[in-house]
Amino acid sequence: MNFEILIELTYLASAVLFVVGLKRLQSPATARGGNALAALAMLVAIVATLIDTEILSWTGILVGMAIGGAIGGFAAYRVKMTDMPQLVGIFNGFGGAASALVAVVEFVSNPSIGMGATGVTIMLGTLIGAVTLSGSFIAFAKLQEIMTGNPITFPGQNWVNLGLFFGVLFLGAASLGVGGLALSPLSLFYLFVGGALILGVLIVIPIGGADMPVVISLLNSYSGLAASAAGFVIGNMVLIISGALVGAAGLILTQLMCKGMNRSLANVAFGGFGGGAGVDRALIGKRPVKSADAEGVAAELGYVNSVVIVPGYGLAVAQAQHELRKIGDLLEARGVDVKYAIHPVAGRMPGHMNVLLAEADVSYDKLYDLEEINDDLSKTDAVLIVGANDVVNPSARDPRSIIAGMPILDVDRARRVIVMKRSLSPGFAGIDNDLFYMDHTLMFFGDAKESMSDLVREVRDLA
Amino acid sequence: MGELMIGLYVFVLATLAGREVITKVPPTLHTPLMSGANAISGIAIVGAIVVAGRAEGTTQTVLCIAAIAMAMINVIGGFLVTDRMLAMFRKR
Repeated sequence: MNFEILIELTYLASAVLFVVGLKRLQSPATARGGNALAALAMLVAIVATLIDTEILSWTGILVGMAIGGAIGGFAAYRVKMTDMPQLVGIFNGFGGAASALVAVVEFVSNPSIGMGATGVTIMLGTLIGAVTLSGSFIAFAKLQEIMTGNPITFPGQNWVNLGLFFGVLFLGAASLGVGGLALSPLSLFYLFVGGALILGVLIVIPIGGADMPVVISLLNSYSGLAASAAGFVIGNMVLIISGALVGAAGLILTQLMCKGMNRSLANVAFGGFGGGAGVDRALIGKRPVKSADAEGVAAELGYVNSVVIVPGYGLAVAQAQHELRKIGDLLEARGVDVKYAIHPVAGRMPGHMNVLLAEADVSYDKLYDLEEINDDLSKTDAVLIVGANDVVNPSARDPRSIIAGMPILDVDRARRVIVMKRSLSPGFAGIDNDLFYMDHTLMFFGDAKESMSDLVREVRDLA
Repeated sequence: MGELMIGLYVFVLATLAGREVITKVPPTLHTPLMSGANAISGIAIVGAIVVAGRAEGTTQTVLCIAAIAMAMINVIGGFLVTDRMLAMFRKR
């Protein structure tokens, strides 16, 4: 058989394995095997490429693989589960950068390529990859709290971004000889790359911390599109297919996250939402609340039939997932029916809370989505909210509220609501939460981890 | 039909196939889905190896090595961390 055909068939097999691997992610029972299949698909594609490519120097390739493999392996091994959003964020950036560099090298090796299909795909791949790279690094910096998680805005921001976007497009076209500028194509191209990198920064800085699930999903999608574009540049189908799969995954998650907040993508991207703009902060936390200590909370939870636990980003910050699971276990041992309710945008990335609870060894069939559990909440004896705020704010039902229409967990319909929180400070949306002041709500103030440890002890000591 | 058009067909159909498959991934697995997708976007390594094979001069060589290294971070890091997470999803 013709050698080229054999290589192409190998790439095809790799593409099929990627799809089958992703399909196995449809159930937690088969997901691990699916991931292994996708890894096999990657290995097959890499080996086929190494065999097929006439390689002038192996040294560089092997050095690059060794360095990248060591860094990736170390990061994967060391990362804390609470820090997954940062890790995924920065990995998006590396994926975008690698794809962009493929396109960049193609241009640098032939700067006089001129206007044409290959030239346009090179510009597209470079643009998407560069935006993904710098945007992801900003997202990483926000999540890692190297820079402020609040939106960074300035007057006319959207116009500046729009102007820069068209400027970058113009530079891309100019690099392909359009417009007959006096600068060399290579100089224009470097300006183009620089502009694209700045664009990525400007796109992400106005987006606040709690909108990060949307941003991470979107950048995930971009990193796939960048890989597809690189596939068009070098005419490789497995790159186009895998990139498209990642692009689709990111896009689906982006839509789900937007739906979880009842906001459009445009509103997230250009809204500068969060930090409490236009809200009268003077009133926040000024109304009387009922509070309880660990002993009181233990008594509220230990003698009922059903408890629903609602985790939020505060749980991740305090890294209190293991203590939370202990409370769940102790309550179950007392015959209480314990469930966990997870809002789609709880945490800083899609599925963030599920991973934390899985790490704490909570069985995944006890984790319920918003739609699955909302009807049950009115029949629930007690709800324990740990570090969540906006996603349980009943004012989402008020059409005048800034979060109007956002799907919320209907925890206020339970017989007893216990909110574990550091203070009455507002959540990301910057608005007060009426839930805290309701008659059947008890505030359990304190650091989540300490409060949890106290609560574990008190529940254990119950008669 | 030119190579670009074929590529476009493949891209669109792969996106639709991906949509069908990934829509059914349950919310509880969304983080592993993302990190797994991270790993798959490391497929850029194939492109990086192809261009590295014919790289000339220091600039191109350095850029290619950087591309390979970054793609490899995604491949190894992405698959390993996804495996680490999925190993924790247990039913008791």
